Amino acid sequence: MSADTLLAASAATEHRGLTITLFSVFVLITLGITVWAGRQTKDATDFYAGGRSFSGFQNGLAISGDYMSAASFLGIAGAIALFGYDGFLYSIGFLVAWLVALLLVAEPLRNSGRYTMADVLAFRMRQRPVRTAAGISTIVVSIFYLLAQMVGAGSLVALLLGVTGDAPKQWTIVGVGALMVLYVAIGGMKGTTWVQIVKAVMLIAGTLLITILVLAKYHFNPSTLLGAASDASGKGSAFLEPGLKYGVSGTTKLDFISLAVALVLGTAGLPHILVRFYTVPTARAARKSVIWAIGIIGGFYLMTLALGFGAAALVGPEAIKTSNAAGNTAAPLLAQEVGGGAGSTGGAILLAVISAVAFATILAVVAGLTLASSASFAHDLWANVIRRGKAGEKEEVGAAKIAAVVIGAVAILLSIFADKLNAAALVALAFAVAASANLPTLLYSLFWKRFTTTGAVCSIYGGLAVSVLLVVFSPVVSGKPTSLFPGSDFAWFPLENPGLVSIPVGFLLGWLGTLLSKEAADPAKYAELEVRSLTGLGAH
Amino acid sequence: MDITPQPDAPPSAPAPADPQVIQRIEEGAEFRGLRRAFRGFAFPLTVAFIAWYLLYVLLSSYAPGFMGTTVVGHINVALVMGLLQFVTTFVIAWLYSRHAARRLDPPATAIREAAQ
Repeated sequence: MSADTLLAASAATEHRGLTITLFSVFVLITLGITVWAGRQTKDATDFYAGGRSFSGFQNGLAISGDYMSAASFLGIAGAIALFGYDGFLYSIGFLVAWLVALLLVAEPLRNSGRYTMADVLAFRMRQRPVRTAAGISTIVVSIFYLLAQMVGAGSLVALLLGVTGDAPKQWTIVGVGALMVLYVAIGGMKGTTWVQIVKAVMLIAGTLLITILVLAKYHFNPSTLLGAASDASGKGSAFLEPGLKYGVSGTTKLDFISLAVALVLGTAGLPHILVRFYTVPTARAARKSVIWAIGIIGGFYLMTLALGFGAAALVGPEAIKTSNAAGNTAAPLLAQEVGGGAGSTGGAILLAVISAVAFATILAVVAGLTLASSASFAHDLWANVIRRGKAGEKEEVGAAKIAAVVIGAVAILLSIFADKLNAAALVALAFAVAASANLPTLLYSLFWKRFTTTGAVCSIYGGLAVSVLLVVFSPVVSGKPTSLFPGSDFAWFPLENPGLVSIPVGFLLGWLGTLLSKEAADPAKYAELEVRSLTGLGAH
Repeated sequence: MDITPQPDAPPSAPAPADPQVIQRIEEGAEFRGLRRAFRGFAFPLTVAFIAWYLLYVLLSSYAPGFMGTTVVGHINVALVMGLLQFVTTFVIAWLYSRHAARRLDPPATAIREAAQ
């Protein structure tokens, strides 16, 4: 351990008590909300959709809380601090993606679905095959995403609290897992939504505070901040231009394009985001919630620019890399610096606040993922496929609660054994699978009259299989020192993100499956979906 | 809005709709106008913003010289282009919400109320 690491560790120890206190306050408040929400939860609509009682603004905040993961808060700030402009490229894809949700998906989904993504995918189709496929892809996407958050939580806690060794990491993962199961099983969608709202407000307030403190140091002149960042980076003006991370070779450029496409098309296929549209009463409110989310998320990503370049300028890349090679602690270190520096009271307080915000961020996101995947298990696989529609509402909600416990346990186990996996790669993979397996069927179902059950099943399973297989044979899994299995090399697919290939394949398979299937689409069913999705007639 | 499960239908099956009512709406001029107003706005705009985003992504990858051109102080074309993506996203969101309030919500409400 170098002297710098020891220094960082001792600084972390000083504020540990404060961080734990702040975080405990957050956990107590959210558990209180959860118990209150549990008492208000009486039927399936309450459990799955929060009684559809949230306003557009409240849901906009909750969507932001669901979407702005630790990966975007800590990861993007760190990537900007280390790679300059290339870190910013992520946030643009994450934001522009919301236009797909706004223009094509949110309102039709709200009007024609009820509890899960599969409600819309299976609307015109034979229920069992399409619900099975959509349920499986919902659970796979959510588990990838969940793993990323939980693995991230483990290493984050070790870093922020300055503890080393595997045991604290594993206990953190178990603790996060237990809390998310409690939120979901007791509070359902109402509890989860309020946890996400509280977290979004905390995250925005914390980020705004640090942004103002950083900009104040540069007389609120962004150009001066950028100049200081490029000077401190040691890379000169290249730090402010694209290319430091993705411009290295032809392959890294293609990899970046693949990632960019997956990000922009993935959001509108993420089940835990889509189910949020069911928590508002009308399609108009769903539209308003996306507009609010675009404003909040856009503002947040603009602030990550100040955070990232501020960390580069004020903390410096060497100190950031010493603390965490991937840059994940850039934002907390910056908070300490603008609060007065290591050892100062102001620095300790701000560091503790930002660390607690980071924990809150992880908890709110994992709760949303657990809810979406257990809802899909209960509603799609259990009630509709296994019990063939004979399960009552009580049984279905009970199945969802049991599923939340099982999914939580599986996620805890996988996270403990998979802590070598790169969290950012897992998130990017979840976006790629969502864009390849879910989005094609969602768009075809809503807008292509001839689309059939065979097309839907081909597209979902095909998109899922191709994206997962390409990752297995990519440098993420083998062939590089940073791979999951650095010792072996079976990586014949050169890109880390499969989107560039798997998304077109998902669309192509949906089209081919439809053309080659013997059955014809039911025009009456399509007319019904179209009338419902555009007018809200008969909406739940 | 009936949420009680029906024993014979899957609990999530769409609430029964009268096929004749649906057919009458679907063939009506008002619904066709609504569909045109929605698709005519959303589809071209989707193509446009995806093309604009891909242009930005491709320039970032393959035109580093252009993107590195200084605009003022330490602000270069890359930063301006990135911020423009934010601006266009906000503007498209605002344009769509205005279009929806003027051209989509009134006919959708009228059709729904006439059918109920």
